[in-house]
Amino acid sequence: MTETRYLAPSSLDEAVGAFAAATGAARILAGGTDLLVQMRSGLLKPGLIVDIKKIPEMTSIERTADGGFRIGAAVAGAVLAEHADFAATWPGVLEAINLIGSTQVQGRASAGGNLCNGSPAGDSVPAMVAAGAVLTLQGPDGRRELPVEKFPAGPGKTNLKPGEILVSFTLPPRPAGSGDAYLRMIPRTEMDIAVVGVGVNLTMKDGVCTAARVGLGAVAPTVLLVKDAAKALVGSKLDDAALDAAAAACSAACKPIDDKRGTIVYRTKVAGVLLKRTVAIAAERAKGN
Amino acid sequence: MSDQQNNWIGKNTVRPDGIDKVTGRAAYAADTTMPGMIWAKVLRSPHPHAKIRGIDTAKAEALAGVKAVVTAQDFVDFPIDTPVPLGIQDMRWMSRNMLAREKALFHGHPVAAVAAVDERTAAAACALIEVDYEVLPFAIEIDDALAPDAAILHDHIKYDGKPSNIAGTLEHKLGDIEKGFAEADVVIERSFTTRPVHQGYIEPHACLVAVEPDGKTTVWSSSQGQFMVRAMTAFLTGIPQSKIRAIPAEIGGGFGGKTICYLEPVAAILSRKAGRPVKMVMSREEVMRATGPTSGSKSTVKIGAKKDGTITAAEGIFYLQAGCLPGSPIRGAAGCAFAPYDIKNVHALGYDVVSNRSKVAAYRAPGAPIGAYAAECVIDEVAEAIGMDPLAFRLKNAAREGTKMAYGPVLPRIGYLETIEAAMNHPHYKAPLGKFQGRGVASGFWFNAGGESSAQLNITEDGNVVVTTGHPDIGGSRAAIANVAAELLGIDYRRVSVLIGDTATVGYSNLTGGSRVLFASAIVVTESAEQVIGQLKARAAKIWGIDRDAVVWENGEARPSGEHSGNFPTLTLAQIAAKASETGGPIGAGSQLNTTGAEGGFGTHICDVEVDMDLGIVRVLRYTSFQDVGRAVHPAYVEGQIQGGAVQGIGWALNEEYIYNKKGQVDNASFLDYRMPVCSDLPMLDAVMLEIPNPKHPQGVRGVGEVPMVPVMAAVANALHNATGRRFFSLPMSPPKVLEVLDAGMQQAAE
Amino acid sequence: MAKTHVTTTINGDQVEYLCDPADSLLDVLRGPLGLTGAKEGCGTGDCGACSVTLDGRLVCSCLMLAVEAEGHEIATIEGMSKGELHPLQQKFLEMAALQCGICTPGMLLASKSLLERNPDPTETEVRYWLAGNLCRCTGYDKIVRAVMETAAEMREAAR
Repeated sequence: MTETRYLAPSSLDEAVGAFAAATGAARILAGGTDLLVQMRSGLLKPGLIVDIKKIPEMTSIERTADGGFRIGAAVAGAVLAEHADFAATWPGVLEAINLIGSTQVQGRASAGGNLCNGSPAGDSVPAMVAAGAVLTLQGPDGRRELPVEKFPAGPGKTNLKPGEILVSFTLPPRPAGSGDAYLRMIPRTEMDIAVVGVGVNLTMKDGVCTAARVGLGAVAPTVLLVKDAAKALVGSKLDDAALDAAAAACSAACKPIDDKRGTIVYRTKVAGVLLKRTVAIAAERAKGN
Repeated sequence: MSDQQNNWIGKNTVRPDGIDKVTGRAAYAADTTMPGMIWAKVLRSPHPHAKIRGIDTAKAEALAGVKAVVTAQDFVDFPIDTPVPLGIQDMRWMSRNMLAREKALFHGHPVAAVAAVDERTAAAACALIEVDYEVLPFAIEIDDALAPDAAILHDHIKYDGKPSNIAGTLEHKLGDIEKGFAEADVVIERSFTTRPVHQGYIEPHACLVAVEPDGKTTVWSSSQGQFMVRAMTAFLTGIPQSKIRAIPAEIGGGFGGKTICYLEPVAAILSRKAGRPVKMVMSREEVMRATGPTSGSKSTVKIGAKKDGTITAAEGIFYLQAGCLPGSPIRGAAGCAFAPYDIKNVHALGYDVVSNRSKVAAYRAPGAPIGAYAAECVIDEVAEAIGMDPLAFRLKNAAREGTKMAYGPVLPRIGYLETIEAAMNHPHYKAPLGKFQGRGVASGFWFNAGGESSAQLNITEDGNVVVTTGHPDIGGSRAAIANVAAELLGIDYRRVSVLIGDTATVGYSNLTGGSRVLFASAIVVTESAEQVIGQLKARAAKIWGIDRDAVVWENGEARPSGEHSGNFPTLTLAQIAAKASETGGPIGAGSQLNTTGAEGGFGTHICDVEVDMDLGIVRVLRYTSFQDVGRAVHPAYVEGQIQGGAVQGIGWALNEEYIYNKKGQVDNASFLDYRMPVCSDLPMLDAVMLEIPNPKHPQGVRGVGEVPMVPVMAAVANALHNATGRRFFSLPMSPPKVLEVLDAGMQQAAE
Repeated sequence: MAKTHVTTTINGDQVEYLCDPADSLLDVLRGPLGLTGAKEGCGTGDCGACSVTLDGRLVCSCLMLAVEAEGHEIATIEGMSKGELHPLQQKFLEMAALQCGICTPGMLLASKSLLERNPDPTETEVRYWLAGNLCRCTGYDKIVRAVMETAAEMREAAR
């Protein structure tokens, strides 16, 4: 027998209360696709598991008053994929989330879990960063908001305060002429952790890029918001010179490591290659809008 | 066999064990339970190399729920200087591989095991075992193991008079290679490295063992040979073979990796101590860290040829890792690398190198894919240098009936030429290629094997057939055996049941491996069937009151051989079976043979790849394997072997490798980072099965299971060369490595 | 720590069991429930051999806690055929889409889940859907063919 307890509260207050009271020995359970693996490997032995899937706010997908989206942190990727409206509005964010793991993993894994796991390679994060997602967090001291790029603190670490739970992602309304995309480099066609992940969100007007955000993953201790890459794109017609500059900015922003998934040299080069390809897709989608 | 139309041989019948497999009812080793069963876990060394000064199990034994603890002291001691062969294994190494004795030799090496009421308690108890280690320097890679100041694993192993990590060598010589190279117009010499790869069976090792108070031992396990399990368990535990009954569970993949034991002897002694049945199931991490895999290698191959395309000399030096104990498959590398070619001057030399990794186990044509990767890439380069089409080059030098092989035998009638010709004439070879796409070819050979097999064929009271054979079914062999039995007896296939016996219920049968199961089983099943047909004819003769020589068996019936013998209506199998008791008794026969006549197998492959030149990602677009299969008794399962072998080879070529960290530990011990091909990585796979019947086999069968993997890595590498103009001398050709080679090439071009 | 009591539905039947909160659904299926059709190939969600459906959605049972099954509907391979084999099971046998069979239960459940959502998948769609189901024996060729042929037959039968 283990000493693990399991709780499935139906309200956020109850969840926060139990989670905070356990002072660090507790873990939030959404899809479980990271948590159970870590428990099995012996990395984690939670005293308390708080299952947040019965909390409506954490599993719902809604339009916000200003035309944006609010997605509960525990919404499974497969469920989000069935939301036609969201799929049409944020295809980049959706494809990023839908790249996490296999079909089976998609049946459970959530963007919230992916973000909170703190892996620099989490697929959903660069796209969320590019989208300008704002997080809603709730803890013993109440509720607060945080831009998603300020959330990761290092490999396996986040900026959640003790007792805080990630509640939802809020995505802003889309200006006309906007498109987003996410690409990752993996050695196989599926089932790998991203060696490099790039999320790009653009707004185009009359062939000129008027706004851009670039999220870069798996090349630094946290996902990066690459402002220099965005700067190179904004005001341009996404011509070769602009793309080269943006690609170079991404490569320059890399602070990768050599590990079993990729080398420093490789990741740095690929960051630039992927940036160009991702911009092309986002731009194509922007045209359609 | 004549060319007459067959009813069952050559047909894709539904396998007799199939329904259990698609409904989840089939019992694999981890699926079984016994009353009173307890669970065992293994304590593994945290060090890649360390002396074991002592093991204190007291705290573990005192933990509530613990029923037994074992270390190497509970098992037979095989002194390190006395060989104890069993098949191709040596019990000195098997015992030390199973449980560390003097030293822990790799990170993950079993040091002790605990049986307890549940897995969690057993694991907790393992953590309480105190092992006094004297940590030693370690060596993982071949270069490290051969360095002048290398950490030496075994003091008794000497090479050139000095302590060494070279545990053995194997050499083949033919003719005079110096003379051969001197005659050549073109000589190409290249060096290659490959990383260790794992067989990758989806089912981890598992067993359930019960030792009774009188010593009777029942072993239920996932293995490629229940007789091997019985013998190894007996040798390693000291329990007499006659007291052990080893039952083969359904097996979830093996590819050679389950031709040895890791768990059964441990579970047996735990069971004996605990007085309870003991179940042991490996986790995937344990499988990756501590079983198989196959060797990493360093090879140098040199081939010389004349301008007219005649190969005049071939030399290969192959260093293969054995893991921590001797026994790498240098035989396969040295023996098979040049086997597809008729070369008068050959030198092949293999070095068996030990290092602090888990002991290697067989993997589908062990050693041959490593040798073929090197040889077939150089063959490709020589053909290019001469300006000859790579298949035409192979055709010109092809081994054929009468060719003397470097490893000794003279080839009988085999179908290698036919595979090359079929490849040359196949639409795949001429299909157009697009940008950044390339095509490569390669050939390969494997020895195959015959060996011991036993079978019984019994007629049931209601006139149907039960065939009991001796080899675990790893790829659909029961279906093929049923095809053979049904064909010989002339009855409907569905009336034949095929069972796999255990060591108590069927005669000795050698391993499921060596591409031999159908080859060997079919021989003994044929002999049994022929005896049974003789009995059936005799019974009919008795019923009719005629001479037994006057009876013919045809289409599942007995009939008089001619008008002169009598005018009796035919007797069906069911009718004769119904009268079995009154005509003499039950009808059945068995056969037990050491089968011979398994000649080698050849294959030629064509591979198309596409390269993402900016990311270094290689995708296989099209793959066609041409293989001489002798006789495809069940074509779909033969095709299955060919397709499966191709994909394992593609994985070996592109993404599979063992990655070690600086502490000498496997860094990627999971399916997440040990990257085997997934469904979306691959295209459909074509297999062209050429049937050049083996004249030494009643159905013309040739072993088919292993050849499919031999040419693959070279085919992919040669395709990549065709696509990029660059050669790849190191596997896997993973994206960072491919990009590195491409970028270096572009730099060179720019300079 | 006492065990947790769970009430759930498995293959249409109400089932109750006791489990440790840290047990996975796979542990419980294979252990106390004796439903050994789901296999443990890796325990980390990378091989799909433990696939089941949860309220009709394909998941890895090794990545679910047994306690999470409370109030939900689980379907395992044991429930796939009801007297007669499901067309996928029949086609897998006819087309030799299995060799050792260890991946087969997971493959079948995954394929069934695909065809329920997409009765006319392309080869690429089949391959990507099944990417989480590892097979080491077949090279996937016959599996993909069996799924596509079954899909065609089922579409025909539905006319």
